[in-house]
Amino acid sequence: MTSQPRHAAPSPTGSYRPPLLGSPEPMTTPIQRAEPEQRAAEPEVSGRHAAGRSKSRSLALVWIYPDLLSTYGDRGNLLMLQRRARLRGIDVEPVEVNSDQPVPRHGDIYLLGGGEDLPQILAARRLRADGGLHAVAEAGAVIFAVCAGYQLMGAVFGGVQGEPVDGLGILDIRSGRGERRGVGEVVADVDPELGVERLTGFENHQGVTVLGPAARPLARVVLGVGNGDGTEGAYAGHVLGTYLHGPALVRNPALADLLLTWAAGPLRPLADEDESLTRQLRAERLAAVAG
Amino acid sequence: MSKLPIRARVATTLGEAAGRMSRLAGRGDGSVIGGVVGLRVAPDLLRQLAAGRQIVLVTGTNGKTTTTRLVAAALSALGQEVASNAFGANMESGLVSALSGAPQAPYAVLEVDERYLPSMIKATSPRVVVLLNLSRDQMDRAAEIWLVARRWREALEGAPDCLVVANADDPLVAWAAGSARRAIWVAAGQRWHEDSWCCPECGSHLRRDELGWRCGECGLSRPSARWVLDSDTVIDSTGGVRELGLTLPGRANRSNAVMALAVASIFGADVDQALPRLRSVTSVAGRYTTVQRRGRTLRLLLAKNPAGWLEAFDVLEPDGRPVLLAVNAQVPDGKDTSWLWDVDYRVLRGRPVLVTGERRLDLAVRLEADEVPFEQVSNVDEAVDRVPPGGLDVIANYTAFQQIRTTLGRTV
Repeated sequence: MTSQPRHAAPSPTGSYRPPLLGSPEPMTTPIQRAEPEQRAAEPEVSGRHAAGRSKSRSLALVWIYPDLLSTYGDRGNLLMLQRRARLRGIDVEPVEVNSDQPVPRHGDIYLLGGGEDLPQILAARRLRADGGLHAVAEAGAVIFAVCAGYQLMGAVFGGVQGEPVDGLGILDIRSGRGERRGVGEVVADVDPELGVERLTGFENHQGVTVLGPAARPLARVVLGVGNGDGTEGAYAGHVLGTYLHGPALVRNPALADLLLTWAAGPLRPLADEDESLTRQLRAERLAAVAG
Repeated sequence: MSKLPIRARVATTLGEAAGRMSRLAGRGDGSVIGGVVGLRVAPDLLRQLAAGRQIVLVTGTNGKTTTTRLVAAALSALGQEVASNAFGANMESGLVSALSGAPQAPYAVLEVDERYLPSMIKATSPRVVVLLNLSRDQMDRAAEIWLVARRWREALEGAPDCLVVANADDPLVAWAAGSARRAIWVAAGQRWHEDSWCCPECGSHLRRDELGWRCGECGLSRPSARWVLDSDTVIDSTGGVRELGLTLPGRANRSNAVMALAVASIFGADVDQALPRLRSVTSVAGRYTTVQRRGRTLRLLLAKNPAGWLEAFDVLEPDGRPVLLAVNAQVPDGKDTSWLWDVDYRVLRGRPVLVTGERRLDLAVRLEADEVPFEQVSNVDEAVDRVPPGGLDVIANYTAFQQIRTTLGRTV
């Protein structure tokens, strides 16, 4: 266990307690199943992101600001990464970091979700002040950001009235407000460099995003809006963003595995029975929009 | 009301005819189509129908239909007719149908979709607006909730004659109602905190303790309440304590009932008059209904969004009886199933779980991630056949719920 502050755990009854700093209540891991069975307290290893994860450590999945950036089932990405890692025998440490807590530096994969305008602006302000996400990005950590989280990874995004708001400048993208809201199913073909099958998901945003030379489009839109110019999402190094909102990894297990590979090295394939439902769901959704 | 202009009278008559046709054709309860026809003939119909009546508007993310029913039941204690859109048709056409169907009713209790509250306040000049709660809903259909809260706040600021009855325990609701000139605060509780971590005024973190919530930065805090829900008792504005003893199950309905009692008291129906009426409500538009089917006793629960599912789980029998979950993603449900990932299904571990509905694969993948064992079935009858004789609780979202009701023969 690390000494990082944690999000209070959902209780078995499903009610969630707010995390009050200095709360006398014992903090536990946010996901009940995530009991850190044989995890030992280990010192921070500097440069571990660049060097790859040491085999003796658990994989730290850090969900950034679920208090501000979690509107569309964003927990799904954390749960899918956790499941697919554990099925391969990789120990996982899920960490939820609220916006009044410092961004931990020991994470292997950082997740940012969607949010409304005001929470998005607040999140950008706090992440800029914290500086932690910049530091881990430079050290080579994996960052996966969706929707509002994707926009705020860039240099600028549209505020409440569409006015430009400073983002984090971690991805070379600039976003603004578009003419109309893109709401609906998305299908997009991923950059062949990444070796990931076609994306399927749902978008709900009014953003338009332009990529700079230091970022590559994640995919080409087959159906939907995406960045607004026929491309969808962006990536550079191990930082990857998409307009597919919420639980984007649920219907895109290959993308989940790409992130895990970046963080943990080559993965073994999953057993058919562990993949079957996800495959069926993916096929069903792709078929539903093909007509 | 009897002095409706000729155009409005024609519109009302045509609308009612359309509603009857719809019911006869078995297409629904006719509460939407009637209003649609009427509004086409007289676009100002709602304003004209509302004029001269005492109107209560009820809105919020969850509990609208039930609370509307409870308020209408409580006001019936006054011995006069109460108009109401009892079937949850909560947009303009549904309100028109409700009012035109009861032209002489001096009172009207109207459920309003949360996005339409500002325009419905303008059209009906309500005496009372009831704000229950605000949490994430399917967002391809519903608006983002901070935006909704801001619109409520602006609408109430522009309606100084309106008395607001609001849930003080929901920070977004309390902030929205804070602009009202007059408010009656009810401590109705809030179990779903995921949408109110941060102060609606300044964005800082809210702190919560047994006394409620407060913002450490700007000082926004939970208003002190005149009505309090405390476990199964209500403490009224005079300090009187009474056992609620509702027939409707669950904490959420106790909360709805206290809101209804606070509203009733404004109109002169005190708790002793109103409470027996609330207790007599056994089901609301099919919700909470018990149905016998091939030796099984089905109980139907509607849950449309994460906070609603949390409340539905609270109602499940603690005896580990099987539960059927049904999810669709048609337009009224929201076409995006992402919200499934905001529901914590782990509470279902230990009971037999069956899943159905047009999006049962989404549900299946979700349950798999939560390590909840389940079986897929193609419909409610297959579920009935799979479980042993006894009880089966059914939780469904909107259109899945309606489909199940239809299968069960609309006896519910």
